[in-house]
This record gives sequence, structure tokens and C-alpha cells, in this order.
Amino acid sequence: MLEVKDLHVCVEGSEILKGLSLTILPGEVHAIMGPNGAGKSTLSAVIAGKDGYEVTSGTITFEGRDVLDMEIEERAQAGLLMGFQYPVEIPGVKNIYLLKAALNAQRAARGEGEMPAPEFMKLVKEKLAYMKMDPSFLQRAVNEGFSGGEKKRNEILQMLILEPKLAMLDEIDSGLDIDAMKIVAEGVNSLRQADRAILMVTHYQRLLDYITPDKVHVLVDGRIVKSGDKNLALELESRGYEWVVEESAA
Amino acid sequence: MSEEQSFLERLPARGEARDAEPTWVAARRQAGAARFEALGFPTKRDEQWKYTDVRRISQGRFALADNADFSPGQAAALTLPLASAIRLTFVDGVFSAELSDLAALPAGVTVEPLSQALSDNHEAVGGVLGRLTGVDFSPFAALNTAFSEEGAVIRLAPGTVVEAPIVVQFLSRANAEPVMCHPRVLIQAGARSEATVIEHFVGETDAANFTNVVAEALLERGAILTHYNLQEAPLGDLLVTSLQVDQGRDSRFTSFNVNLGGALVRNDLVSELNAEGAEAHLYGLFYAQGRQHVDNHTLVNHNAPHTISNENYKGILDDRARGVFNGKVVVKRDSQKIEADQSNANLLLSDRAEIDTKPELEIYADDVKCSHGATTGQLDEEAVFALRTRGLDEQTARGLLTLAFAGEVMDRVTLDAIAERVERAVAGKLPERFNLTGLVEVAALEQAGHAQEEGGHDRDG
Repeated sequence: MLEVKDLHVCVEGSEILKGLSLTILPGEVHAIMGPNGAGKSTLSAVIAGKDGYEVTSGTITFEGRDVLDMEIEERAQAGLLMGFQYPVEIPGVKNIYLLKAALNAQRAARGEGEMPAPEFMKLVKEKLAYMKMDPSFLQRAVNEGFSGGEKKRNEILQMLILEPKLAMLDEIDSGLDIDAMKIVAEGVNSLRQADRAILMVTHYQRLLDYITPDKVHVLVDGRIVKSGDKNLALELESRGYEWVVEESAA
Repeated sequence: MSEEQSFLERLPARGEARDAEPTWVAARRQAGAARFEALGFPTKRDEQWKYTDVRRISQGRFALADNADFSPGQAAALTLPLASAIRLTFVDGVFSAELSDLAALPAGVTVEPLSQALSDNHEAVGGVLGRLTGVDFSPFAALNTAFSEEGAVIRLAPGTVVEAPIVVQFLSRANAEPVMCHPRVLIQAGARSEATVIEHFVGETDAANFTNVVAEALLERGAILTHYNLQEAPLGDLLVTSLQVDQGRDSRFTSFNVNLGGALVRNDLVSELNAEGAEAHLYGLFYAQGRQHVDNHTLVNHNAPHTISNENYKGILDDRARGVFNGKVVVKRDSQKIEADQSNANLLLSDRAEIDTKPELEIYADDVKCSHGATTGQLDEEAVFALRTRGLDEQTARGLLTLAFAGEVMDRVTLDAIAERVERAVAGKLPERFNLTGLVEVAALEQAGHAQEEGGHDRDG
């Protein structure tokens, strides 16, 4: 589904990713962990298409398409959706506008017509209830004045409605208290299905207590230096990152 | 003959009607004419008119309308869709009883055309009319005083709360020869009274008239007035409005100044916060395109301690349109414990559009909390990116953000029918590249959602 091959990325002239490779198959849940500064956020930013990241070599393909050659919106329309660590506040743009416009853009890209209004409202309300969010939220501006937990829930709500093929979650657990974490994790778990993949980027193992990954990768200094199953995350939790760093240097 | 004299030449046209006027009205008229002639039309040398060239007015030839004929069907299409409004309609300045509706007028409220107020009891009006926004306010206020013969008189007895909005509708016709009118609006809000007054400017597409309206509002202790200047004038119209508000203790004045139409538009708004606890909230939105010119001048005088003002104006300019914002806040000596916030933000959608913005603060007291700021620029690129990561193409993202920019002011509007009308008007004005059809449909969908929710409540009940 997603294939990253030998990716090298520079930010303001210094190389952050130094030959990262990663393969994600449909139905899989991957977690990328790593110490601060390892390049986790850079990987998310490059896949999302943010400005200021220069890919010097390597490839990213999604279902056979060259991601780096796609417009930002084309990536989303193709089913590659990013949940951000710091969701942007968009004053004046109501959540309902964003959800409707986003869903229609995706449907249009697939050659489908707009979803009729009643059907759309039903879908949105069902997902809102699932995320334990009040309907009044639809009339509020996107993320404006939201608490950290509300912003993250909003990211997951968008995922539930837009149903991506690959959901990427960048530090989705940061700034969440335990109750909010459970709601977010439940939302993410409900996304799991055979034809969909999930990629989580996280600093802490805590999230993985609630969302069990199939594969865990350790990102150190711009490269994946170790991969394993969920037990690797537990080991990182108890032993820290030092031993992996030393092992990879050896 | 000077430009001023050629305007005043029109005065005797109303000779017969004028003979019946009370002497004080005739005296005021003369004083207005004399002051106007002395002041002359403003030029760009006047600091207050630096960016606004009024030659399209001063060099124009305008007749005076002598009837209020207007097809009711066409008027209905232009009228604000407010369910239970009290309405006075003026066609090119001439009162139309046929297009007015005073059925919903509750006890304690007077809403009548100025001509009627003068013929019924001119002394009751005489003591108040022109106390504010007098002949020294501006050359246009002086010109108005010379010509004014019609307008709206709105009086609220103490403690009267009027739920229905009071609409003063100015219809502009596509005349063979352009006309001018100089209406007056007088609002007297008694102690603890509460009302919403909407001045609505609208008309036939090909109209090219000159409207010069002067309004004055007196808010007694605890009065609450919400005032709309909803300007959807035809694109050929020339419009000058002057409004002065006198605010008593604990009174609250909220202004929505929305400008979408007109070829040349100048609005002057002055709030006098005369006693403790008085508040003024000024919200403005203007959207100009083509070669439209919109100039908003506001002045808030904090004449007493413990007064609050808060101002937020937003402008969107496209093509070769030009906008002016001049917002002045003056805190008088010994007016302590003042709060005054002011901001003006503008979006330029074209390289050739222009905005001149000037926030001014004059503070002569030391215990005050004031802020002001003006920004002109582009959309937040981070927000554009965020929307694109959800699948919106770049132009739709920009369109949605431009609509949102205007929406931040309109969110304050409590009359849904007006908020929706303005949102649709703005969406309709946005350049085609923004894929606005989609946006407008999203707006429609939201309303459908509201209706569905309301339906649901009904079933629950």
C-alpha cells in the first residue's frame, strides 16, 4: 500500500532523513517510535506534502502512485490522510463546511456525485456521537479555541468520515489525558479493517497500550534501525532508546 | 457658478411645499445652505477626505424625485426577508406608504416619516432634530440640512423593548436623469429601551443616484440599540452616510456597517460615550470590486470614565477597487478606566486593489487599556495547507478562507436572515476561480441541517 524507499530529506540544508525505508501492507497497523530529533515529524510532513522539505533521493509510492508527484489535495483524495500533532486553527471556517467540502472533493476525485444533505448529516451525527462530541461542534470554527484533546478528537472524527485507505497519525497522543486518550484510541481502533492501514508516529509507548500495532519500528538519526512486533515497544518502554542506538552504531 | 451653488440651485424646486414649513425648519435650511456654501465640497487636501475624491458627486447634476412609484413585486424582491419587521420605505427619498408596514408597531414606539412628524407636532421634533450631526459635522451634513424634508423618526418610550426589527428601506430607481435625496433619520431611545434599527440601501441595477443620509441617535440611560447600515446599493449609486450617536450612562450601541454596493461610498460614524458604563461595539465589513470605492471613517469619543469601545472592521478588495478605513479613538482627559480595542484587517484579492487604513488613538488619560492594529495581506498559508490536506483543492481552500474572513464579522450578527444574506452575497461576489458554487451549496446544506435539527426537536416535543 505505502512503500518508502531509501528516503533522504533535507530541511534548510541539513539532512534529517538519511535513507528511510518502510513498507506497509493493507490491514496493518504500524508504529514508528524514536527519540526526539530522530526525524519522525519530518517523515509525516514529507508524506503530507508540507513546504520546506527537500527530498534529495528516494521514493514514496502509494498504491503504485508516486506520492511526491501528487498535489497535497490529491494525496488526501487518493485516501492518504494525515492526522496532525498540532492541528491548525482555522477561524471562521465551520467544521461542517470543512467536512462537507472534504468529503465531496474525495467523492469527486473518484467520479462520484455529492452525498445528499440528509445522508451527510446522518453520517456526521453518527460519527460525532461515536467520538462523544456535541453536535454544536459542527457550527464552531475548525479547532478554534479547542482544547488539545478536542483538536485530536476532531482529527479522528475527520478520519471516521473521510475513511482513508491509509491513516497517518502524527503524535496523536500528545497532550491527551487518559479519558481523551481512550476515546481517541477507540476511534482509531474502529478504523481498523482488512483493506485499510494505519501508521502511527509516537514518542511514547503509552498509546500502544490502547492501539495494538502489528509492527513497531525504531527511528534513530533519520533511519529505521530496528523493527519488531508490539513487544519491541514494551522493551523500549522499559529500557529506553539508548540500547537501540548503541546496537545500530555497532 | 460654483459646484456648490449649482447644487443649491435645486432648493427652490420645492418652493410650494416649503411655504408651509414651520419657521424653524426654514431657518435651519438656510443655515445649512449657508454652511454648505462656506465649507464647500471636500477636496483631497482635507485630511478627512485625503483618499476619497467626491468629484463624481460635486460635478454631477441631480434632480429631486417627486414621486415614490415602484412596482410592489420588484420592491418585495429587494426587501429584507424578515418575518415581522416594522418598515418605512423611501423611494429616491420620497416616502412610500404603500411599501411601508407599520402593523407590528407595539405600544410605546413611534415610527413615522419625518414629514408626518413635522405636520403632526413639529415642536416635538424641533427640539431634537439636528442636535447631533449638525451643519458643522461635514459639508455633506450641511448639504443634507439644506435639503432634508423627509426621513424616519423613531422614538422609544422608556422601558420599551421592541422585538421586531425596524427597517428603514431606501430604494434607488434607475431614473432617466439621476436624482439626489437627503434623508434624515432620528432615533430617540428612552431609558432602558431596546431596539434594532436597520438602514437598508438597495435598488434597481441600473440606478445612478446620489443619496446623502444623515442620522442621529440619542441613547438615554441603559438604552440598547443595535444599528445596521446594510448597504447593497446599485453599483452606480453614490452614497454618503453620516451617523452620530450620543450615549448616556450604561447604554449600549452595536453597529453593523456592511457595505457591498455603490460606486462611491463614504460612511462617517461617530459615537459619543458621554457617561459611565456606556459601550460602543462597531463591526464593519466591506467588499469592493470593479472600480468601487468604499470609505469608512469612525470616531469614538470616550468622554467619560469607565466606558468601553470595541471595533472590528474587515475589508475584501478585488479588481481595481479601493477601500479606506480610518478609525479614531479619543480618550478625553480624566476619562480613566477606559477599554478601547480596535482592529482592521483587509484582504486584497488582486494586485491592483488598494486599501488605505489608518487607526488613530489619542489618549489624554493614564489609566486606560487600549489596543489597535491594522493588517493587510493574504490568507494564512498554514490554513490553506491544512484544508488541502483534507482534499480541498487550493482555490476552494482559498475561497472558503475568504468567506471565513468575512464570516468573522458576520458571526456577531444576531439576525440569521441578515447573516445568511450577507454570507451568500459575499460567496456570490467571490471570483469564479474559487469554485464558489460548491461553497454556496455548503451554506445551503448547513441550513438544511438546522432545519432538520429543528424538525427533530418538534418530534421530541
